[in-house]
Amino acid sequence: MSDTAPQPTTAAANPPVQPIAPGFDARDVVRISATSNVPQPERQLTKLAKLIDVSKCIGCKACQSACIEWNDTMPAVEENVGVYENPHDLTPDMFTLMRFAEWENPATNELEWLIRKDGCMHCEDPGCLKACPAPGAIVQYSNGIVDFIHENCIGCGYCIKGCPFDIPRISRVDHTAYKCTLCSDRVAVGQGPACAKACPTEAIVFGTKEDMVAHAETRIEDLKSRGYENAGIYDPEGVGGTHVIYVLHHADKPSIYNDLPDNPRISPIVEGWKGVTKTAGLAVMGLAAIGATLHGLFARANQVEPEDEVEAERLVETEAPQPQPREDV
Amino acid sequence: MPRLRYSEPGDHIESRAPVTVSRYRGITRLNHWVTATSLILLLLSGLALFHPSLFFLTGIFGGGQVTRWIHPIIGIVLFFSFLLLFLQLWRLNLPRPEDRTWVANIGEVVKGHEEKLPELGKYNAGQKFVFWAMSVLIVVLIVSGVMIWEEYFPALVSIPLRRIAVLVHSLAAVAIILVFILHVYAAIWTRGTISAMTRGTVTGGWAWRHHRKWLREIAGRDRKGPAE
Amino acid sequence: MTNSWTDIKNTDLVVVMGGNAAEAHPCGFKWVTEAKAARGAKLIVVDPRYTRTASVSDYYAPIRPGSDIAFLMGVIRWCIENDKVQWDYVRHFTNAAFLVKDEFGWADGLFTGYDEERRDYDKDSWDYKIGEDGFAEIDPTLQDPRCVWNLLKAHVDPYTPEFVENVCGTPKDRFLTICEMIGECSTPTKTMTSMYALGWTQHSKGAQNIRGMAMLQLILGNIGVRGGGMNALRGHSNIQGLTDIGLMSNLIPGYLNIPTESEPDWQSYMSSRRFAPLRPGQTSYWQNYEKFMVSFMKAMWGDAATAQNDWAYHYLPKLDVPAYDGMRMFELMNHGQVNLYFCQGFNPLLAFPDRAKLTEAFSKLKMLVVMDPLKTETSHFWQNHGIYNDVDPASIQTEVLELPTTCFAEDEGALVNSGRWLQWHWPGATPPGEAKHDTWIMAQIWTRVRQLYQDEGGVFPDPILNLSWDYADPGDPKAEELAREMNGRALETVRDPDDPTRVIAEPGQQLSGFGELRDDGSTMAGCWIYTGSWTEDGNMMARRDNNDPDDTGAYLNWAFSWPANRRILYNRASADLQGRPWDPSRKLLEWNGERWEGYDVPDIPPTSRPEDVGPFIMNPEGSSRLFSRGMMRDGPFPAHMEPFESPMANVFNPKMRGNPVARVFAADAERFATSEEFPLVATSYRLTEHFHYWTKHNPVNAALQPEFFVEISEELAAEKGIAKGGRVRIWGKRGQVWAKAVVTKRIRPLTCDGKTVHVVGIPLHWGFMGSARKGWGPNSLTPFVGDANVETPEFKAFLVNIEPASEEPVA
Repeated sequence: MSDTAPQPTTAAANPPVQPIAPGFDARDVVRISATSNVPQPERQLTKLAKLIDVSKCIGCKACQSACIEWNDTMPAVEENVGVYENPHDLTPDMFTLMRFAEWENPATNELEWLIRKDGCMHCEDPGCLKACPAPGAIVQYSNGIVDFIHENCIGCGYCIKGCPFDIPRISRVDHTAYKCTLCSDRVAVGQGPACAKACPTEAIVFGTKEDMVAHAETRIEDLKSRGYENAGIYDPEGVGGTHVIYVLHHADKPSIYNDLPDNPRISPIVEGWKGVTKTAGLAVMGLAAIGATLHGLFARANQVEPEDEVEAERLVETEAPQPQPREDV
Repeated sequence: MPRLRYSEPGDHIESRAPVTVSRYRGITRLNHWVTATSLILLLLSGLALFHPSLFFLTGIFGGGQVTRWIHPIIGIVLFFSFLLLFLQLWRLNLPRPEDRTWVANIGEVVKGHEEKLPELGKYNAGQKFVFWAMSVLIVVLIVSGVMIWEEYFPALVSIPLRRIAVLVHSLAAVAIILVFILHVYAAIWTRGTISAMTRGTVTGGWAWRHHRKWLREIAGRDRKGPAE
Repeated sequence: MTNSWTDIKNTDLVVVMGGNAAEAHPCGFKWVTEAKAARGAKLIVVDPRYTRTASVSDYYAPIRPGSDIAFLMGVIRWCIENDKVQWDYVRHFTNAAFLVKDEFGWADGLFTGYDEERRDYDKDSWDYKIGEDGFAEIDPTLQDPRCVWNLLKAHVDPYTPEFVENVCGTPKDRFLTICEMIGECSTPTKTMTSMYALGWTQHSKGAQNIRGMAMLQLILGNIGVRGGGMNALRGHSNIQGLTDIGLMSNLIPGYLNIPTESEPDWQSYMSSRRFAPLRPGQTSYWQNYEKFMVSFMKAMWGDAATAQNDWAYHYLPKLDVPAYDGMRMFELMNHGQVNLYFCQGFNPLLAFPDRAKLTEAFSKLKMLVVMDPLKTETSHFWQNHGIYNDVDPASIQTEVLELPTTCFAEDEGALVNSGRWLQWHWPGATPPGEAKHDTWIMAQIWTRVRQLYQDEGGVFPDPILNLSWDYADPGDPKAEELAREMNGRALETVRDPDDPTRVIAEPGQQLSGFGELRDDGSTMAGCWIYTGSWTEDGNMMARRDNNDPDDTGAYLNWAFSWPANRRILYNRASADLQGRPWDPSRKLLEWNGERWEGYDVPDIPPTSRPEDVGPFIMNPEGSSRLFSRGMMRDGPFPAHMEPFESPMANVFNPKMRGNPVARVFAADAERFATSEEFPLVATSYRLTEHFHYWTKHNPVNAALQPEFFVEISEELAAEKGIAKGGRVRIWGKRGQVWAKAVVTKRIRPLTCDGKTVHVVGIPLHWGFMGSARKGWGPNSLTPFVGDANVETPEFKAFLVNIEPASEEPVA
C-alpha cells in the first residue's frame, strides 16, 4: 500500500482517476446472518471505507439526493417541523440523512453548526447481522461491506435491535429492512458510492480503508492547525472498527454530533439474547423434551387401578342420592 | 346451595356403573384446544426465529415473511383464548393447604404412591403450577411481544427497551415451552387424563385416585342433584 | 468573476460576504474546500445569518442586512490606518495619484451636485483635473490633497470600528479580527478572494457594495492575481451568458449599448464612446468600439447595413428612458400600457418584488405568453389557489398561452459560467411531449411576423424584412449556426493592418479573435467578446482537455473563456511594474524582456513593455479606479446608505431614505414601511436543497426541503411566543405570508443605533405549483425598488412583522 493517501478516488472524477479494483460477489462473503461455519473465502479483498469529513461538509444534501436517485427510492414530501432535516429521520426510502446540530462550544463561546451525514457505519462486527434470525438476510463481504439481501429478509426488525447506531428501517411496503448498502452494486463494478460521487466538497471520499485513514490523518492535521485540538477519526473499536469513518473536529465528544454514540458496541443485552440465551435455551428445551420422552418410555406410567374404579363406585354409592332433609334452605 | 370448594358447578357424575365424571364442558375443551393449537403454532414459529437451526420450521407457515407476520397474530389469539380459559379455571387453581403437603411429597407422586398423599380437589399443585406459570408467562410474552412488533408498533418503545423486551420474550418463551412440556408429559404419564380434554370425562377410578375431594363433592352434590 | 472557479484554489483567504457560496453554489464551493485543505486557506463569512458557508468557516461575524458599505469602508479605513496597503500596486495600477476637480466633495451623506427634484446627481465635478496636454493630472507622490488617495482617506474617515459596530451591528472585536485577517493579504505573497452574489446585488445600492470590495481588493493588490479577484457567483447557470449577449434592455451583445434618444445618428452615438486615453501610452481598448459595433450591425442586417446608411443605425430602437428593465415594464403594465408580454424562461410572479402589484399588472394584459419547461406561477397567476394565490379568475380577462420549452438537459449549446467559461453541452434526453427548443419557437414566431410585414407592410418594416436570417432551416436555427454567428466571420478578405500582404481571413472564414474585427464592414460578429469561441479550428467551447501545467488552475484548453480565452482578467497586474510576478510561487505572467509569457492569455498586447502600458486596458486611464468618476449614478466612492426600509435613520443624514438616486415610482413610495410599523428586518435567500422556483417541481428536491419556512432567533421567538416548527404569519406593507418557524441560534439579535434589531430570514423556493407543499416567496413582501445603477430589486433588506398563527386562515 502507498505511504500517503492518494487523491480520493471518487467524487473527483468520473470515471475515477484511480479506479477501485472491481468485482466482488457472493464468493467473498465472510459472514452470513443465522449461519454458522461460513466457508473461508479463497481470497481476502482489500478493506474499503467511506470517509465522511464532517469538517468539509456543507450540509447540502447532495448525498441524500444521489442516494435517492441511485437506489430509486422516493421519500415522501413531508412538512417542515422547525428543523433542516428532511426527511425527518432515516426511512426505508432514505438510507442517509444530514443531521444538523447547533452547538455552542463552551471553550470558545463560538456557535458551531455541526452537520453529520448519518447512515450505516458498516461495522466490522455488525450487530444487525448478529441479531438477524433469517439465514442469508444479512451478509458481510471480506471488503467490509455489510449488505441486506432482501429476498431472505423476513422483516422481523431484529437488526434494528442489534444495530448500535439505529440505522435499519423496515419498509411498510415490502416488509424488509433497508439501509445504506455502501452502494455495493456500484463498488462491485469499480465505482464509488453514489453519495461520494455527488459530494461537491469531497467531504465524502471512498477508497481502501488504509488510504482513507491516511487521508483522514492529513485532514486532522489541518484541523489541529485551525485550533481543533481534539480533531480525530471516528472508527469505533467497540464494533471492531467501521467501514464508514468520520473525521470529527471534536472527536472527544461524538455525541454532540446529533447523538453519535461515544462508545458504540453491540448491546450486552443483544449479546446475551443471541449468545447464551439462544444456546442454553435450546439446550434446556431439548433436554426437557428428551427427558420427558425417556421418562415416558422407561418409567412406569401412573395407571388407574381397577380397585380405584371400585372405590369410586363405592364412594358414589355411599354418597348415593337418598331422600334427605334439605340442608341448605 | 353449599359453596363449591373443590369443583365447578358444571362438573357432574355422568354414569354410575362404571362411574364416569364429567370434568370439562364442551366450550372449555374447545377453548383449551384453541389455546393449545395457538401455543403449538407459536412455539413452532417462535422457535424458527429463535435459533437458526430451527429456521426451517418457517416452511410450515409458508416462509419467513409469513412466519414473521403470523406469529404475533397467533399470539393475540392465544392471549384472548387463554384469557377466557383463565376466567373459567382460576378459582379452583387458587392454592390450598393440602398443596403444600403434595409438593413436599412430590417424590411419592412420581413413584405413583398417591395413597400416601392427602385427598385433592379438582387440581393438584402441579396442575396449578402449570396454570399460573402459563398465565404469568403469557402476560409477559404478550407485553414484550407487542413491544417488538415492528409491523404495527414500530416505535412504541425505545430501542434499548426493545432489546430488553426481545430478551425477556426469548426467556419467557423458553420457560413457557418447559411448562408446556411438563403439561403435556404429565397429561400423558398420568394415564386417563387426556380424555378429560377430549371427551370431557374421566373415569371414576381416575377421579378417585387423583382428585378424590373433587369426586366426593360432585358425588355429594349429585345426591341432591338434578332430581330435585 | 475576474478569475475563475478553478482559480479559487490558489487563494489564502476567502471572504464570503454578500453571498452564501456553500449554500447557493455548492459545486463551485469545492474550490474553497480545496484551498482550505491544500493551501491552509482561511474562510471568513460575514452574513446576517450563520449560514452553511459559515458552518465550515474559520471566522464568522454577523451584519445587519443592507449595511455592507459601512463594513467595507471600515475595513478600508483600518487598512489605510494600519498601513495594510500594497503600495506598489496602489501607486502604479490604480488611479490613487489622479487629481480630482476641486469642486468635488461629500457632505451630509451626499456627493456634490445632488438634485432632489430629479433624484439625480449633476456629475460634472466627479472627474479628474485634465491638463493642457489633454491628459489627467497626477501626483505620483500622493501628496496632493486632491489626489484620489487623499480623497479616499478622507471619505472613509468616518467609518471607525465604533461606527461599523453601531451601523452594522457587528461586534467591534469581530470586526477588528476580520480586519487583521484581511490586512495580512496586503503583502504581495498573500491573496484574498471575494466571493459574492445576490447578497450584495439585491440592494438599492448593490453596485456600490461591490465597488466597496473591489476598492479593498485593489488596495490589497489582489486584482489580476491568482487566488484574488472579485468573484461574482452568478445566480443561474448561464446568467453570465444572458448579460453577455445583451438580454438587458439597454444593452446589445458584448456590453455595447442600445442608443438613446439623445443619439439620433451614428456620429452622435459613436462620439461619446471613442474613449481617448487619459494617460500617455495607454490602450483604452474601447477605442475599438466602432469595430465591434459595425460587426454587430453586419451580423444583424448583413448587406442592408452599409457605410452609406451608417450601418443601418436607424434600424436600432432609441431608448427614451435609461432602460426598460423588469420593474419599469411591470409598472407600465400596471398602468395598462402593455398589451402583450412574452415571458421566456422567467417566473416574475415569484421573481420580482411586490407580488400583489404584479398580479394586478398581469391582470391588465391582453395576452401573456409563457415559454417555460414547467408550469409556472406566472402562467397560472389567474388561477385561484386558496390563500396561496387568492385571485378571482372570473375578473381576470388576460389570455394566457403556455408554450412548453425544452430544459437545459434537452438542449445543445453553450452555458457561460460565472468564470466566463463557455462550455458546450449536448442534449442528454429527448424533449417530452410537445416541448420545443426556445430557438424553434422564436424562429417560428419570427418567420410568421416577417410574413405579415411582407404581406401587409407596416409603418417601418425594414428592420424586420432586412434582418439577416441565414440558417439552413429558417424555422429552426441550430445551436451551431447561432454560435458561429456570434463568433463572427470575414465578409471580405481581412488583412493584417501592419502587413497588408498578410491575409488573416478569407471571406466566409470564421474569425479567431476580436482583434480581427473591422469597422469597414468586412467582418461580422454577433457578440464580439465571444469571437474566438468557434474558429476555423472548430468549436473551442467543446474542448475538454483538463491538462493544467504546474497546477495553476488555468485549464486553458478546457472550453473557451471570454475574452480571448483569458482566464484571469487584468492578469498583467499579477506582475510588478517591471513585469516580475508579485508572488513567484503563484506566477501567472512574466515579462521576459521581449514579451509576456506565462500560464494565461495576457490582457495587454504580448509585446507591450511593462512600464509603458497599464494593466487595466479597458479604462482610458490604464489603471483601475478607486474613484469611479461619473461612471455610477450614486457616487464615485461608495457611501453608506440605508435600505429604503430600515430600522434606523441614515447616521449621515437622517432625512435621506434609501439610495437618494434610486428610481422610485410614485405609487411605490407610498408603500414603503417604517420601522415604527414594522420593526423587524427581513432578508431573503436560497437554500441548497432547491434552485429557485424550479426544483420544487422535482419530488426529490421537494422531499429534501418540503415546506416554506422562515428563520428567526430564539430571542425573537421567545418575545413573540413562537414555537419551533409552529406556524407564523409574516406581514409587511405590501402583503402577508404564512410559514413554519425555524427557531435557531444561527440568527442573533443585533444592536444598531442603540436598539435591538431582529432579523427574519425568508428563503425563496416556494409557490403554488409543483411537488412541494404550497407556500410563498419573499416577493409578496419586498419593496418595488431597485439598485440605482442596474435596477436589481432590493430583496435583501426590508421590514416585516411576525406573529404566531395557529390555524389555516380562511381565504
